Amino acid sequence: MIRMTLTGLLATALAGFACQVSAAQLTIGFSQIGSESGWRAAETSVSKSEAKKRNVNFKIADAQQKQENQIKAIRSFIAQKVDAIFLAPVVSTGWDAVLKEAQAAKIPVVLLDRDIDPSGKELYLTAVTSDSVHEGEVAGDWLAKTVGSKACNVVELQGTVGASVAANRKKGFDTAVAKHANLKVVRSQTGDFTRAKGKEVMESFIKAEGGGKNICAVYAHNDDMMVGAIQAMKEAGLKPGKDILTVSIDAVPDIFKAIAAGEANATVELTPDMAGPAFDAIIAWKDKGTVPPKWIQTESKLYTAADNPQKIYDSKKGLGY
Amino acid sequence: MNRLFPVLVTTAVFLIGFVVCSLQFPNFASTRVVADLLTDNAFLGIVATGMTFVIISGGIDLSVGAVIGFTTVFLALAIQQLGISPWLAFAAILIVCAAFGAAMGAVIQYFDLPPFIVTLAGMFLARGASFLMSTESIPINAPLYSELPDYAIKLPGDGQLTVIAMIMLAVFAFGIVLLHFTRFGANVYALGGSRVTAALMGVRIGRVTILIYTLSSVLAGLSGIVFSFYTSAGYSLSAVGVELDTIAAVVIGGTLLAGGYGFVFGTFVGVLIQGLIQSYINFDGTLSSWWTKIATGILLFAFIVLQQAMVGFARRRSRRAVGVTLS
Repeated sequence: MIRMTLTGLLATALAGFACQVSAAQLTIGFSQIGSESGWRAAETSVSKSEAKKRNVNFKIADAQQKQENQIKAIRSFIAQKVDAIFLAPVVSTGWDAVLKEAQAAKIPVVLLDRDIDPSGKELYLTAVTSDSVHEGEVAGDWLAKTVGSKACNVVELQGTVGASVAANRKKGFDTAVAKHANLKVVRSQTGDFTRAKGKEVMESFIKAEGGGKNICAVYAHNDDMMVGAIQAMKEAGLKPGKDILTVSIDAVPDIFKAIAAGEANATVELTPDMAGPAFDAIIAWKDKGTVPPKWIQTESKLYTAADNPQKIYDSKKGLGY
Repeated sequence: MNRLFPVLVTTAVFLIGFVVCSLQFPNFASTRVVADLLTDNAFLGIVATGMTFVIISGGIDLSVGAVIGFTTVFLALAIQQLGISPWLAFAAILIVCAAFGAAMGAVIQYFDLPPFIVTLAGMFLARGASFLMSTESIPINAPLYSELPDYAIKLPGDGQLTVIAMIMLAVFAFGIVLLHFTRFGANVYALGGSRVTAALMGVRIGRVTILIYTLSSVLAGLSGIVFSFYTSAGYSLSAVGVELDTIAAVVIGGTLLAGGYGFVFGTFVGVLIQGLIQSYINFDGTLSSWWTKIATGILLFAFIVLQQAMVGFARRRSRRAVGVTLS
């Protein structure tokens, strides 16, 4: 009798233990750069909610824009024996030593949103980033499709001079537009990624192009500049979205408000959900040993008035943009 | 006993903090965490040793963070682009830093200017110069840099004492000997007590002042070398605001901000406490990292109040003692 009870107890204990092991929760540490932009804040809040969805114990360390803080955070994640480390590197250099430590501790590292120097290629499992050249292409393709065979003069609001994102988004758009002889970029100037500068530059474009009559479309490297440009067009008595087509990149909440109001036409999303694909890659790697590709490209999705912009605005505005 | 009180309080705070963290987080009480604490704060510890001398002498050095940034950029350019041997580059930068510190000390002494202003100017100079050299982060690929992790000493458990942690411990040992067992150290205390009295006692104030700021800048340079090991890169924006973290570490370590009193060992514990707070926040993983600053601020405030109370208490007692002898 006693033996039976004991065996029973042991069995229950074992079952309980086994159950705990199979439901072992993954612990993942994320060394985030900081919260310098609205997009970055949205990335942080989206990664938290994606972690919750997958029942991951998620630890975030905000580095306040300092590499030394990121290195410290990675070391402390290694000491905590986490199952994986996500890193959004503030600069591309200087990661080799600490990533080697992670490798020695057999902890996989996934880069989010930004890449590191090629010398560290062997030190991380995969990188989840967007392709900013492709973003420009998507914008260009949409414009070509929408305009059809009609001749169209495009003005371009560039991002900050020297920023790689700006150069890439220009390159992608130019490649897409070059395939269509009827599309021509007639003016291109930097609006510094800001609303105020975007408005100012658009005002000068309108003046230079016969009060805006010669402009058929505006392409802006980010939504903020486009919001400024829309303001400039309205003040000049033009109807943005109708007289002049608009396409921009990022998909921040305010552009959806403009699309819903019929004042903007399209935006290409730079998704703040970099962590979601990274979680899936890690979970597949842990469970089945699937080695993910070295680069996971996030989708550059196009949004127009057909995508229920009001609903997207409502879902995005709480993310911290 | 009474003299050691603030250092004992600091040490107790650190030990209690460590025990609390260990109870809360399963992997905390390990040699790895302790070794990481030393490695991650090595650059801060080295520069804080120099700052201890400066503050005990009644001065302040705001230029140290910028000197660290300058050093990392200088090293990256010298080693990576000019192809100079790392050892030669280290020697060159330490000489440059020594000259920089000596110049600041001389200006403070001979133009009779407050150290705050002079070293503030030094900070702008050094930071500006590093931006002038390069605004990009430059990787350093010299073999010395990639071999360095191999020289770490394995500790029981999975921790390892890295080279930069060893450099910091050596600097602290050097600082303790220099401050507490040499004539120069005694002169530093004398200067902080009262410059006039020190001069009357025959301390060569000018020479000591220049040496103090030279020491601080040289250690900032050494800290910059360690920082370049830490990130294997030179970046003009590195170590922004480190001068304030350093001052906080020194004061939390029990050194009187007004000068004349303090220990190098206290600074060591002060540095570790800041590292401990950051580790706690990283281990917790849900707190905003800005709590590091808030916790440091609260500790700093508590220690300043403690110091003021002690100074007031000591003064009252000495007055009473004088009263007794007079009557």
